[in-house]
Amino acid sequence: MEQLSGGDMIVRALEDEGVEYIFGYPGGAALHIYDSIFKANSVPHILVRHEQAATHAADGYARATGKPGVVLVTSGPGATNAITGIATAYMDSIPMVVISGQVQSHLIGEDAFQETDMVGISRPIVKHSFMVQRTEDIPSIIKKAFYIATTGRPGPVVVDVPKDLTHPEHKFDYEYPESVSMRSYQPSTKGHSGQVRKAARLLLNAKRPVIYAGGGVIQGEGSELLTQLARKLNYPVTNTLMGLGAYPATDRQFLGMLGMHGFYEANMAMHHSDVILAVGARFDDRVTNTVSKFCPGAKIIHIDVDPASIAKIVPVDVPIVGPVTTVLKDLDAQIDQQQASSERTMPDAEAIADWWSQIDNWRAAHGLWHGRRYGESDFIMPQDAITALYEATNGEAYVTSDVGQHQMFAAQYYKFDYPRRWINSGGLGTMGFGLPAAMGIKLAMPDAEVACVTGEGSIQMNIQELSTCAQYDVPVKIVNLRNNYLGMVKQWQDMQYDSRYSESHYASSLPDFVKLAEAYGHVGMEIKDKADLEPAMREAFAMKDKLVFLDIFVEPHEHVYPMQVAPNGAMKDMWLSKTERT
Amino acid sequence: MRRILSVLMENEPGALSRVVGLFSQRGYNIESLNVAPTTDHTLSRLTLTTTGDDLKIEQITKHLNKIVDVVKVVDLTEGAHVERDMLLVKVRAEGAQRDEVKRTTDIFRGQIIDVGPATYILQLTGPIDKLDSFLSALGEAEILEVVRSGVAGMARGEKVLTI
Repeated sequence: MEQLSGGDMIVRALEDEGVEYIFGYPGGAALHIYDSIFKANSVPHILVRHEQAATHAADGYARATGKPGVVLVTSGPGATNAITGIATAYMDSIPMVVISGQVQSHLIGEDAFQETDMVGISRPIVKHSFMVQRTEDIPSIIKKAFYIATTGRPGPVVVDVPKDLTHPEHKFDYEYPESVSMRSYQPSTKGHSGQVRKAARLLLNAKRPVIYAGGGVIQGEGSELLTQLARKLNYPVTNTLMGLGAYPATDRQFLGMLGMHGFYEANMAMHHSDVILAVGARFDDRVTNTVSKFCPGAKIIHIDVDPASIAKIVPVDVPIVGPVTTVLKDLDAQIDQQQASSERTMPDAEAIADWWSQIDNWRAAHGLWHGRRYGESDFIMPQDAITALYEATNGEAYVTSDVGQHQMFAAQYYKFDYPRRWINSGGLGTMGFGLPAAMGIKLAMPDAEVACVTGEGSIQMNIQELSTCAQYDVPVKIVNLRNNYLGMVKQWQDMQYDSRYSESHYASSLPDFVKLAEAYGHVGMEIKDKADLEPAMREAFAMKDKLVFLDIFVEPHEHVYPMQVAPNGAMKDMWLSKTERT
Repeated sequence: MRRILSVLMENEPGALSRVVGLFSQRGYNIESLNVAPTTDHTLSRLTLTTTGDDLKIEQITKHLNKIVDVVKVVDLTEGAHVERDMLLVKVRAEGAQRDEVKRTTDIFRGQIIDVGPATYILQLTGPIDKLDSFLSALGEAEILEVVRSGVAGMARGEKVLTI
């Protein structure tokens, strides 16, 4: 059997896993591994400029491709810098394997140079973690790490490796396991058939149904099945922030995003529904508004691979634990069967038609894509910038975002017709996510258009990655909606703090982003005039091999609407414009 | 309502911290906790008592099951079960108190397991309320130190918690 050192084993195991990129940053405790990477010259390594960016890049890669992202960092500060990105992936259930160097075994616990208890620090934000104790265990631990990260409800797994266990002179047998079986980890593979039957009955008897689809549909590759089911039943669909693209946005049955900044018709339909089919969604507080007032007349069917997500926030009438694909297939078959054996037509076509006419009325009254027009300001309106991006990319780009107003505008105005195209930190809300995530996607899919919608606050949290993009020729497009404020903070300060802008304004401190982009060898474009917006956007995307930083000066006082009334509001309670609530 | 959860988990480093971390992270309460390896040395058995309504206990159980090191979780309070806690208490035992303490210990069927010139260590096993009663019955004796093992429990009859 082949004899390998611990460092070589790690690289070989990643190779055996079919890993395409390692995102990382070297340092003392990881140097043996880095030497193995150099010698093997097999799996390409992307040297980021900050470990947080390594995790976000791996995360973006994973979200866009469905394959696990891989990160390699050193001990101590390398590991702690990775924490924010691990937490981001954990909140959004993204498969990721993070290998961290650790000080030598005999120094652990002695406050050695660059020592930190990585397993301890990461514990609440990982699906699982391993501390390697014997070099021989490396192949099976890495196999398990990938298995755990990618199955059931996916999530990040940390593998902490003391430096002495990767020493080049200590060699052991290497054989990569073909399969894993763990008695303590057996994710559900099939929904309970009795529950599926109940769900089908409830769905078919619904008069005001809504399908509420979350990120789990995308992660679980259930978009196609969900779309088929929704079309077959002619039921309306709303997607969560994480679920955008799970159901095609330009389809007539799509109600838009729901929740705090959700579409009027989506929130109204949820509130007035009698049956909700929740798929891969977790009733986040940014969706439900006041839980006690949540959808008072609705019976809820909840499909999720994670039993702990079911009935965590709201009571559920029909819980189904299982992967979305198998459950949706079973549900579809059950619906066929019940329809065939029933004497009356199900669903009740008349009731569904009435429901649709109600929804169409809501849509006509306040629908975002049908009602409002933006043009009231001398500035470019941020919504128009997103629409221009949508048009310049034919709605087919991979769009990452950071966190804040620009994120909500992108979620509302870029109509995502495909899964895995909208890449944002929905759960943790991590500023600085957008650029490195875009980098990871562009590396995975060099031919795809990748845009990072950001703001001048967020982009500066990981702007150093412009350098990484220069090193590896990663021509993403950065769409910076610049309003000189931390826009969402300002919006809340306008609404709740009498416009006292505590620490949310940049005064005249912002850099010249055009020059900054140029300093890294990229292209920068400043856009202030409305007439320049669309041509500039087209011009930027025409530069296929250039990273272009579009610095778009937008109306500084625009707010994101709709906004759910809080505290104590129900889903249906929304402010729709500044005339109702500043 | 008070619940006793019995957990079988991998006898691996870090497993216990994952369980305890879950409780602090999600704001659940641990009243007592007891953990030791089983006859199968790859497994540890952990017994913890907590309080909560059905919804909360359901969530706790689900989250415990989600921990990769956890093999099985049982809520003992769902059925007939026995539970035992062990108490060691060191009391001042001088003069007339020496006999009085011994009498009280006998009544509770406890044992004196250490005899010092002016102190006893008493041992008592039983359900929590018996131990509590014993402590209050010691009354005037000066209690110097108390240690309790935390509840351990098992389902009655044929039911067993194994893999």
